[in-house]
Amino acid sequence: MSMNNEGRVTRPENNERATAPATFTGNRGLMLEEPLIFEREDHGRTGVDFPAMAPAAGRLAGLERHRPIGLPGLPEPEAVRHYTRLSRQNYAIDLGLFPLGSCTMKHNPRLNEKVARMPGFADLHPLAPVERVQGALAVIHELGEWLKALTGMAAVAMAPKAGAHGELCGLLAIRAAQEARGDARAVILVPESAHGTNPATAAFCGYRVENIPATAEGRVDLSALEARLGPDVAGVMITNPNTCGLFERDMRRISDAVHAAGGLVYCDGANFNAIVGRVRPGDLGIDAMHINLHKTFSTPHGGGGPGAGPVVFSAALAPFAPLPFVDRRDGQYLLVEEATVGDDHASSFGRMAAFHGQMGMFTRALTYILSHGADGLRQVAEDAVLNANYVLRSLDGVLDAPFAASGPCMHEALFSDSGLAQGFTTLDIAKGLIDEGFHPMTMYFPLVVHGAMLVEPTETEGKATLDQFIGALRSVAERARQGDPSLKAAPLLAPRRRLDETAAARKPVLVWKDAELPQAAE
Amino acid sequence: MMRYLPLTNDDRAAMLRTIGVSSIDELFVDVPEVARLAGPIEGLPNHGSELAVERHMARLARQNLSAGEAPFFLGCGAYRHHIPATVDHLIQRGEFLTSYTPYQPEIAQGTLQALFEFQTQVARLFGCDVANASMYDGSTACWEAITMARRITRRGRAILSAGLHPHYVSLARTMARFTGDQLDIAAPELNPGVPGDDMARLLDAIDGETSCVVVQNPNILGHVADLSELAARAHEHGALLIAVVTEPVSLGAIRPPGEMGADIVVGEGQSLGVGLNFGGPYVGLFACADKYVRQMPGRLAGLTTDADGQRGFVLTLSTREQHIRREKATSNICTNAGLCALAFSIHLTLLGETGLRDLAALNHAGAVAAAERLARVPGVELLNGPFFNEFTLRLPVDSAQIVETLAAQGILAGVPLGRLYPGAPELAGGLVVAVTETTGEEDVEALAEALKAELAR
Repeated sequence: MSMNNEGRVTRPENNERATAPATFTGNRGLMLEEPLIFEREDHGRTGVDFPAMAPAAGRLAGLERHRPIGLPGLPEPEAVRHYTRLSRQNYAIDLGLFPLGSCTMKHNPRLNEKVARMPGFADLHPLAPVERVQGALAVIHELGEWLKALTGMAAVAMAPKAGAHGELCGLLAIRAAQEARGDARAVILVPESAHGTNPATAAFCGYRVENIPATAEGRVDLSALEARLGPDVAGVMITNPNTCGLFERDMRRISDAVHAAGGLVYCDGANFNAIVGRVRPGDLGIDAMHINLHKTFSTPHGGGGPGAGPVVFSAALAPFAPLPFVDRRDGQYLLVEEATVGDDHASSFGRMAAFHGQMGMFTRALTYILSHGADGLRQVAEDAVLNANYVLRSLDGVLDAPFAASGPCMHEALFSDSGLAQGFTTLDIAKGLIDEGFHPMTMYFPLVVHGAMLVEPTETEGKATLDQFIGALRSVAERARQGDPSLKAAPLLAPRRRLDETAAARKPVLVWKDAELPQAAE
Repeated sequence: MMRYLPLTNDDRAAMLRTIGVSSIDELFVDVPEVARLAGPIEGLPNHGSELAVERHMARLARQNLSAGEAPFFLGCGAYRHHIPATVDHLIQRGEFLTSYTPYQPEIAQGTLQALFEFQTQVARLFGCDVANASMYDGSTACWEAITMARRITRRGRAILSAGLHPHYVSLARTMARFTGDQLDIAAPELNPGVPGDDMARLLDAIDGETSCVVVQNPNILGHVADLSELAARAHEHGALLIAVVTEPVSLGAIRPPGEMGADIVVGEGQSLGVGLNFGGPYVGLFACADKYVRQMPGRLAGLTTDADGQRGFVLTLSTREQHIRREKATSNICTNAGLCALAFSIHLTLLGETGLRDLAALNHAGAVAAAERLARVPGVELLNGPFFNEFTLRLPVDSAQIVETLAAQGILAGVPLGRLYPGAPELAGGLVVAVTETTGEEDVEALAEALKAELAR
């Protein structure tokens, strides 16, 4: 036995393996359990103090709120601890590789965060007089110019608040353009492999949705598409690179065919990261495309938003772009909105959200774009595609890659569940990866591949990280192929084991109800 | 070398060998030749150092007059409140900032529990049974509520109050043009005592074809109303009452819409935790009665247990959503406003009920004092009877001109109605003034003196 001069043992005394006993607190070392704020007993506290106030006659005309609201307050030390403890139950890009296909979880540079918080951007009211917000309008304009140049498109709408909102923006412009020429059309064609937002968006603005099949090699079936085109088809929504991770080789021919039939081409730009700086969608005949600033241009995903989904337009659709937008005349930036639009932009389909878009995301995205520049962005696409192909080829013989013969993949590698032991699924592989310390890939999407696993490493991963991930995925995949029953129990090392989603949906508990509080509704 | 790209040229060469190609260009062979760019796009600058980029952005930031630098009175759907330093610190923890929508709940319990707490806070604040995990903002939440009422009632006629934020009305107009919904719309009037209030019109307009009545409280001109009679009338006719709250701090003082009978309550949550940000990102709040939950848009966090019987949270009722239901989904929304919802929730947790009520009282008292002071400026008329922290003044001249002049003097005086209602000259004298806990007495005095000087010209 070794001791220091205080008598404290300085070597582990028992080298035998032991399982941890249940603890009094439920905590396990650094893994700390945290109750809901509503489960604390001491209501009535607060973590904010205000200056004393002289009582004054109110002007609420008998509409004062008298009943208890039921909002617990935490003093600052406890609030900090509550949210810090919660944060430690999350996986994040800051912790490791986050290979969600089609989601582009790349590193979020901290300079972006610093810039977005400059008071000249963050503490600015959207309705402040335009003469006093020239720098903010310059940011919107400068970012818009970059997006146009990078996509080779004629115009840009900065208003949309996320990718799906951008899709809506694009489709509204298509509807407005066709109606303006007296040619209202009812149908939008969407490939089977599309993101769910595509058909949902088309339906949200009143279109009927029809599917276009994919070829055996994982691309849009051009002849099936051509056969369906006609006077009722308003347009197509194509994701390129597509959700199988492939470039749509026939994109130019698809666009030409759609245009010849009087339709317009919407491109879902969720996967722009694969081609930024190497391909301009404008050269492929696209009429509208949204760009997820929270994917390609590194603004943080924040556990589910906020995003930003600017839309670039071809010259044909530019006149129909939404209000407001920023223009530059005689060195001054103008905000073209209802009060200033005049007759210049009479065809605009109108406003699609309050104010002028996701400014906090614009400052971040512009900071990122200026950091990379034209040369760096091209390198981004190249490294993203290189990393994905490296993952794809390194898993040869372990996981089935249904489109491996269809050409190189772009920024993401797609695998199926073919070859797993009876009863083993994609879900088991995903949960096994959690125990290996990785966030799983996108699973069960796209729908055209059975048990799909879509891996997008992004360009911000180094080779050593990729090699470790590949090793982990090989190991887990082997267990699934051999039918290792312990894999069914995974994850065993995460803050929670597999959760019962069926029970959650059957009897939904969506808010906390504490018995002793009078409920406000009745 | 580029600071965000870890691969070295040696790595790249080794990886190309593993893949079995000789150059990166071979990985882009599927791009049609017409669309291949040979090198970086011309006319664009190359990469910039952290120092250079920060300087460029700081220079642009300095060209703006931020709210904190001036006597500041703007509102109309975006409010300046003091945000405790703790909020921004916590949302910048990488585990929140750089995580994704919680699709893998075993390693996303932090986000999921925070969203469950957020949902509970919003439901209680609004006086409703349930709330979702957020929408983009108040304006888009408002349109989603109108479509939800259409699905529930199977009727397509929505009646919009004249006091609803004009941007929210604009958005509904844009969408209704394409969806075929009918909208009954009116412009607000500057009626003394009840500016923007059109309760009589709304009560009259409700009939058996009506899907919903949409009313904002406090309204765009700051007027606060009792919605109970409207709720009762809507329900008599099988229609829903949708209430819109653009200033959630008001609910620390005013009876919530749910308690007044609203079926769906939506709101802009920007006031708590989020900041002004020149209009976005903000956070849409969405709450309703239990019986309508399966018609709700957006994500929902729900309680469940794991394989060991431990409590945990998951995203639930996803059969409403686009990734499962595709064209039959209740909405196309995917990414929402997760991090802003977290900021809202942290701020509200710091406040608690005590703090929220104090904050609301402080806002109200400050606004009452400011309204009284400004109404003493010769030529200025205060139009509101009841109001919370925002009120409308009528000036004898075009208020947009005055606002521009005062802005040049470094005073951000409020929102001129001419900017929000360009087609309505009868509203041009209206100036909407917001007062929060960040507004000092000296700011009010500066505004009063400047107004007095300008109006005396």
